[in-house]
Amino acid sequence: MKANASLKKKNILLNNPIVNIIRSNIGIICVLLIIGVLLSILSDKFLTSSNLISVMRQITNNVYIALGMTLVIILGGIDLSVGAIVALSGTVTVGLIVNSGLPIGAAIVIGLLLGVVCGLISGVLVAEFKLPAFIATMAMMNIARGAANVYSGGRSTRITDEFFSSIGTGYLFKVIPLPVVYMVVLIIVFTIVLNKTKFGTYIYAIGGNRESARLSGVPIKKVEIAVFTIIGLLSAFAGLVLSSRMYSGQPSVGDGYELDAIAACVLGGVSMSGGKGQISGTVFGAMVIGFISNGLNLMNVNSFWQLIVKGIIIIIAVVIDSQKNPDSPINKMISKFKRTSAKKAA
Amino acid sequence: MGDVILRMENIDKIFGTAYALRNINFELCHGEVHALLGENGAGKSTLIKILGGIYQPNAGRILINGTEVKMTGISEARAHGIGIIHQEIVLVPYLTVAENIFLGREPKTKLGFIDKKKMNAEASRMVSALGLDIDVTTVLDNLTIAQQQMVEIVKASSFNVKILVMDEPTSSLSDEEVEKLFVTIERLKKDGVSIIYISHRMDELFRISDRVTVIRDGTYVGTKITKETNAGELVSMMVGRTLESFYTRTYNEQGAPVLEVKNLCKYGVFKDISFTVHAGEILGFSGLVGAGRSEIMSAVFGADGYDSGEVYLNGEKLKIKNPAQAIAHGISLVPEDRKKQGLVLINSCRFNMVLASLKYLMNGIFKSNKKIDRVYDEYSRKMHIKAASPQIEVGSLSGGNQQKVVLGKWLATKPKVLILDEPTRGVDVGAKQEIYTIMNDLAKEGLAIIMISSELPEIINMCDRVCVVHNGDITACLEKDRLSQETIMHYATGGDVNEG
Repeated sequence: MKANASLKKKNILLNNPIVNIIRSNIGIICVLLIIGVLLSILSDKFLTSSNLISVMRQITNNVYIALGMTLVIILGGIDLSVGAIVALSGTVTVGLIVNSGLPIGAAIVIGLLLGVVCGLISGVLVAEFKLPAFIATMAMMNIARGAANVYSGGRSTRITDEFFSSIGTGYLFKVIPLPVVYMVVLIIVFTIVLNKTKFGTYIYAIGGNRESARLSGVPIKKVEIAVFTIIGLLSAFAGLVLSSRMYSGQPSVGDGYELDAIAACVLGGVSMSGGKGQISGTVFGAMVIGFISNGLNLMNVNSFWQLIVKGIIIIIAVVIDSQKNPDSPINKMISKFKRTSAKKAA
Repeated sequence: MGDVILRMENIDKIFGTAYALRNINFELCHGEVHALLGENGAGKSTLIKILGGIYQPNAGRILINGTEVKMTGISEARAHGIGIIHQEIVLVPYLTVAENIFLGREPKTKLGFIDKKKMNAEASRMVSALGLDIDVTTVLDNLTIAQQQMVEIVKASSFNVKILVMDEPTSSLSDEEVEKLFVTIERLKKDGVSIIYISHRMDELFRISDRVTVIRDGTYVGTKITKETNAGELVSMMVGRTLESFYTRTYNEQGAPVLEVKNLCKYGVFKDISFTVHAGEILGFSGLVGAGRSEIMSAVFGADGYDSGEVYLNGEKLKIKNPAQAIAHGISLVPEDRKKQGLVLINSCRFNMVLASLKYLMNGIFKSNKKIDRVYDEYSRKMHIKAASPQIEVGSLSGGNQQKVVLGKWLATKPKVLILDEPTRGVDVGAKQEIYTIMNDLAKEGLAIIMISSELPEIINMCDRVCVVHNGDITACLEKDRLSQETIMHYATGGDVNEG
């Protein structure tokens, strides 16, 4: 009876989503906590509510894109065009409002549709024409960036419309920045999509073993095209929010966003070889990156050094993560040590 | 038999706290073929890895020609004349045969470039020394699996090999190719090479081996001289109990035709394929590897296209374009290679079990955990799957259990026709028998089953009728009373071999 009860308790624990999230991301959560503790010791400004809210706001753009990137990487692909789509949707939306006098709603829809079209094209190139995702999206990156510059003549366009700027600068209940609200909603939606729907399962199946998925009746092409379209839409949305926050559409923004999004995924344990990963991991990954840049800013480290630190952190995190594999050098060392100490004890 | 060349004494190997091997003894004589037999997970591979210097034993010693040696690594093992041919081909697909043989030790010219002339000449000398006919300048990828395996043997023996280990060398070979392998083995034997031969196929062991050592659950069961034992005895040594009847087939009254295929053609692959399978029947497809059996089924299942012909299911004409449509119509295909085609190895048993039937396990747009659990429970029970939990990675299960997950996955789609492509390949004896029992039960329930198999005993003992495929053409459809190894081989090789 007792054993049964404890088993039941264990099952409840195992099925609890929050416990599961903590269990599967324990490594990255530890990293996050260590960074948090370090920063609160190093800077007295870090642990203030205004700073934490501003960190949250800073990571929103990366999270929007990284959510899509998680899907793409689990699928076994990659998307390099996201930063350029951010720039394209931002400049075109602002340009349409300011220069062409389009209603804001229509301009936003067109801006988002541009992202959808870019993603759709990449998806078709990958699924139907069998282009490697790296190549297809690299081409799309150039096209989108070029289009943003052609459309704007390479200049940024200022926008002063109050409604438009409230999209990125407004607050819910006067405390929570709207971009953070969008982020929370999107995180919930994507967690559900990946874990609770057929579509999500199919993404894992294709990334884990394409041939098995095909023979199991998974509509591979449809899923691939859909995933690239989704990340296109998310990038366009990120571009929209960013241009609103900056009061301008700038064709040069979004440079390196693809790498930040990929870094968030990798830090969060999404496998670059496909088939494995969780939304929660990516979100923690984005938080780690956000905390680090924020901390370095607070300590007045210049932005060039920040890049170097970011690179090093990614290497460390991935090396630690790869140690889950029993054949890794560190684990071999540990097991050797255990063996010799056991022998000594005997 | 010659002198003892290798002796492994009281070998123990511990992983964590569990014994993988306990007190294993193994002895190999000069010029002997010694079969190593045991179920999957019995410890055969562990023992071989210890011999090959990949693992270090926790206790026991290895003697070569009477002197104790320590195999501290692969290079030591190689220096002692030990060569291992693994189950999977580990050559580089886009290099030539000669380049593969000399990889990492290429002969150099004075200027330090690779001396291709010398390399190719040396390689062809080695290839013909084993009585093989392979052009050493061919890119490996263009060879058949069997030829690639021969290249592995050439490569292993080029290291002045004294002891050659072959781990299931025939698992992807056709019978004809197996014959060629046996000729090569005989030749190696004559050259004084001792061979450790691992295989699940009984008939092969009796053909090729001098002695058989059986291990079970990491312990030594016994060694028999092959001539003085029989399959029944070996099987009971392996499983620790006697298997009364290995093939559990109770034939039953056939029902109406379920799947009818008429004049199916695919240019250059197969032509004019017609057959019918009835409810409650097991229809076998026999033939050499590469004859086109898998390709025919793949076309019926919609995984690959075909040029012309018709497929009828319960009298209704179907035009299937992809596997999803086939599944929706009630056709299921358990593919040949469970690791590459059947499973997503990094995902859980539960994930894999419902992947093909997920469509039917929804609650609106969301997956229904309740329905999924019910299906998992039902089929893991029916298939006798031994998994610690539904969440465990399917890749961590034994071959037999993996195969049962694939079977369960396809049965969960509630098929009317079940196509099995090599359902017992690489599966141990116990699981094999379980799979036969499951097949028999399914046939009894009225399912129409098609089984492709390269194992003749299995085809003969499990099927109601057998279609023999040769070169993309059905050369014979044999009724149960005409099934024999000779007849099947006669038609599988084109039908004119025995006349000659």
